[in-house]
Amino acid sequence: MYEIIVVGGGHAGCEAAYASAKKGHKTLLITGNLKNIADMPCNPHIGGSAKGIVVREIDALGGIMGKIADKTHLQIKMLNSAKGPAVQSLRAQGDKIAYPKEMLNTLNTLEHLEIKEGMVEDLIVDNKTVKGIILEDGEKIESKIVILTTGTYLKADILVGNTRTRQGPHGEKPSQHLSDKLREYGFIIKRLKTGTPQRIDKNSIDFSKTKVEPGDDKYLTFSFDLEPQYKIEDQIPCHLTYTTEETHRIIRENLNKSSMYGALDDIEGIGPRYCPSIEDKVVRFKDKERHQLFIEPESRYYDDMYLQGFSTSMPKEVQELMVHSLPGFEHAKILKYGYAIEYDAIYPTQLKASLETKVLENLFTAGQINGTSGYEEAACQGLMAGINASLKLEQKEPLVLKRNEAYIGVLIDDLITKGIRDPYRLLTSRAEYRLLLRSDNADQRLRKYGYEVGLINDEQITKLKIKEQKIQECLEWAKNQKLKITKEVRERFEEQNYSVPNATLSFEQLLGRPEIKFAFLEQFQHIPYEEAIKEQVEIYLKYKGYIEKSYKEAEKMLKLEKKQIPQDIDYDKIKNIASEARQKLKEVRPTTIAQAIRISGVNPSDISILSVYLKKEYGNNQKNK
Amino acid sequence: MNDTICAIATSQGIGAIAIVRISGEEAISIVNSIFKGKDLSKVDSHTINYGHIVNQEEIIDEVLVSVMKSPRTFTTEDVVEINTHGGIAPTNKVLELLLEKGCRLAEPGEFTKRAFLNGRIDLLEAEAVMDMIDAKTENQRKMAANQIDGKTSSLINELRNDMVQIISNINVNIDYPEYDDVDIITNDLLIPKVMKLKEKIKKILKESENGKIIKEGIKTSIIGRPNVGKSSLLNALLQEDKAIVTNIAGTTRDIVEGQIQINGIVLNMIDTAGIRETEDIIEAIGVEKSLKIMEESDLVLFMLNNNEELTDDMKELLDKVKNKKYIVLINKIDLENRLNKEEIRIDKNKIVELSITENKGIDELKEKIIELFNIEEIETKDPTYLSNTRSISILKRCLKRIEEIEESLTNNVPIDMIELDIKNIWEELGTINGSTYEEELLDEMFKRFCLGK
Repeated sequence: MYEIIVVGGGHAGCEAAYASAKKGHKTLLITGNLKNIADMPCNPHIGGSAKGIVVREIDALGGIMGKIADKTHLQIKMLNSAKGPAVQSLRAQGDKIAYPKEMLNTLNTLEHLEIKEGMVEDLIVDNKTVKGIILEDGEKIESKIVILTTGTYLKADILVGNTRTRQGPHGEKPSQHLSDKLREYGFIIKRLKTGTPQRIDKNSIDFSKTKVEPGDDKYLTFSFDLEPQYKIEDQIPCHLTYTTEETHRIIRENLNKSSMYGALDDIEGIGPRYCPSIEDKVVRFKDKERHQLFIEPESRYYDDMYLQGFSTSMPKEVQELMVHSLPGFEHAKILKYGYAIEYDAIYPTQLKASLETKVLENLFTAGQINGTSGYEEAACQGLMAGINASLKLEQKEPLVLKRNEAYIGVLIDDLITKGIRDPYRLLTSRAEYRLLLRSDNADQRLRKYGYEVGLINDEQITKLKIKEQKIQECLEWAKNQKLKITKEVRERFEEQNYSVPNATLSFEQLLGRPEIKFAFLEQFQHIPYEEAIKEQVEIYLKYKGYIEKSYKEAEKMLKLEKKQIPQDIDYDKIKNIASEARQKLKEVRPTTIAQAIRISGVNPSDISILSVYLKKEYGNNQKNK
Repeated sequence: MNDTICAIATSQGIGAIAIVRISGEEAISIVNSIFKGKDLSKVDSHTINYGHIVNQEEIIDEVLVSVMKSPRTFTTEDVVEINTHGGIAPTNKVLELLLEKGCRLAEPGEFTKRAFLNGRIDLLEAEAVMDMIDAKTENQRKMAANQIDGKTSSLINELRNDMVQIISNINVNIDYPEYDDVDIITNDLLIPKVMKLKEKIKKILKESENGKIIKEGIKTSIIGRPNVGKSSLLNALLQEDKAIVTNIAGTTRDIVEGQIQINGIVLNMIDTAGIRETEDIIEAIGVEKSLKIMEESDLVLFMLNNNEELTDDMKELLDKVKNKKYIVLINKIDLENRLNKEEIRIDKNKIVELSITENKGIDELKEKIIELFNIEEIETKDPTYLSNTRSISILKRCLKRIEEIEESLTNNVPIDMIELDIKNIWEELGTINGSTYEEELLDEMFKRFCLGK
């Protein structure tokens, strides 16, 4: 018998299966199509604002997305490099052939993992507890825990113009009944929608009419363990073009032919606010003369170019007109048309923070089935579900990352606390303590947890400890190192238009100034530390005030996080709570006051009443439990 | 939480009538059980009903009973108010009867607390209810009424909305770094927005200073040597306004010797070491103590004797008074001039000459005070601003932080850091009207509230 069965081989499924098998649990990964392991059916990039930080966090915890991306990407860059350290994030152009191949290779090295093709249509359920899965042909496979990572494959419908076809992104058969079964077991199911743009033959695009967007000329990696696996000069560029007035005219005139604008009258799914279709953009932003489109290579091994920003559900003939109206695309050949896809997801307030469902014991869910969008969002949930499923088998407490510890913590807490309206995408602005949740310090935040759960080895943790020690040394060094303001020093400052210090200052003081960096000070004094160390010290000294403030705020939240709400609380007994708040509290059943505050629709006055009630009913016993 | 509470809502023992207020699910049925008249369970909401309060057959009092049904009431619960014939005995008897029938005596501030917890009023409004009841002048009453209306709260919300605009602008920039579809926000673009914010806060603060004056009055001290005429001045001022002469400790944190009203503004006279004692036994209070009193005052009346030369200690104190709002009084102009006015190195416009014994110059002094505090201006305005110390000090802190942001912006601190600062202020502003949850706040607030309000 298997200990864990992972259903679905996408980004969530791969991480979940990897974590559980790596931790020594006998695992079965079951997927509808072996060729689609770690498939990237939509955009070809990994990372991006906030998402790039998640990939770093996955790596820090011992997951694999970062390493596979490092080994296979076409180009990589640091976003927001002109802004503060908290919002900088890596973004790589993935390779849609190499990435899945590398992933499959990695999974195949795992001793405890088996991979099997099959379509899951039901679960074995006994007394509200999951005991395994049932395949399409009726075959039953037993396990102690099941992790569902079915992506968009629950009752998937592809929508193009006025046609609706029940199939997955590559025309495969979706799961027909699993979501109905889940509903029968007591889950609330929600219909969501997302879309994808056209793929264009590279050889038919006139790139001279577009702008080149190269990768960074600095070596970068997602992983804390890998040296760069690429050469800067070998990176493949992206290109940039814009929609034209003609494009907008075509869209406006054909709007009623778009699935989403009336061609289909049975659309239930709600699309992602953060990733609108080109129809949405043209309709909603009438004043915009043009919209930006990225032309992204999908692979070294074939010629498809992804037209980022042009996602649509127009009929094919209109898509032809639209594409040909773009500069450089006059003679473009469309290899694959854009489409929208509708699918079922479970409403995520039905999950615990461990990603185990509240409805069925020993059932975990991760990825798009939980209402998120994006490979990174899926992967990190998969990793956490894999870790927590294993911990449950080992009879250990689940690993729950807090909002001040990781974007992963923010994401999961948002899902289970706020639920979703449209497919959830991580954004920097969702993190209250983003200054603590940086790309550069993911290892310092999370490696310890990876080590505790057994996905990070001794060598990796020792490496981190040495790094942390060196950071301390370097901070001390910067405190003692003084810069005398000689005539020459004065000149160097003036050259850069920096204000010249009045007196001798320590490096610590100098680095506290917004404009002064180690790179500038290096000309006066050799700095005996490597780049990664200097980076940490520089960030800390420059933003010390902000960082300390963030820590303080986080502490305030943690204090409320300690105020537990008994799980047997009867919200109907608290008479004065507003009815919307009552309904939300009953639905989410927050475990702490801090979580209750974050529920939308629960106002400060409701929290006051709840606090008063808790104090009255449970005294101080419920505090600081 | 939902039991039925009652309390005497008017001051005990004073006035021709007293009001007993009852709030809660059983308010109407309980009162009905001791009421002889119409069946209160059948009357329309918001009606006044004549009848008697009875204990079995015994008539306790002839009353008017107002019935107000949920949710359009102060607490949003069913509320009944019994107007009794004043007097301690009958009113207490009514209260006792209510308790007997299942009401619970309200804790201090509990009616307001319920109104707040039921979402009927926000925190700022809850504070205002307190102020309304404490109101001594028409201005105070108007201002409190505006707060109960939520006008002041919307002032804060307006500020917060401005901030949300800036915050979301910056966030879009952070989250979509590669798109030029969104307007790129730079430090230079942010500076005027932040300046505007600053000006708004400053304006509220300036008007709030007036608000504080309306609500808390002007703390006024009379500084001078023994026998200069301090107590005579105080008595002269008080005489004209006997109605509000009080002699109570603890209206504010200070010992207040008496209150004087000028054009509706209250002057709280600070007790400077018993200036109302007869002057024979008064002792010099010394430079150090005088300084301390001056420090605490909003207005210093600095008294000199026309009949005496300027002493060194007075010279020293005169030097210090310049940091405060002050008026220099030269008393005893009916006596021979021995004071060298050249030695008084201050704004001549701040000097008033008077003779209290001959009742000269008192009106001129009042004029000067009105001028000094723009009292005329305060009167004519619609008083909508923050008036309590807590709110003002939060707003002041926010102003300081906005100024820091301005500096950070010119120092090229990245916009995402600036966003953190603005978000922070946004949250703090929310604690003024309870939009941001803060635990300690609630407890502290309700400690202030008195019974039955």
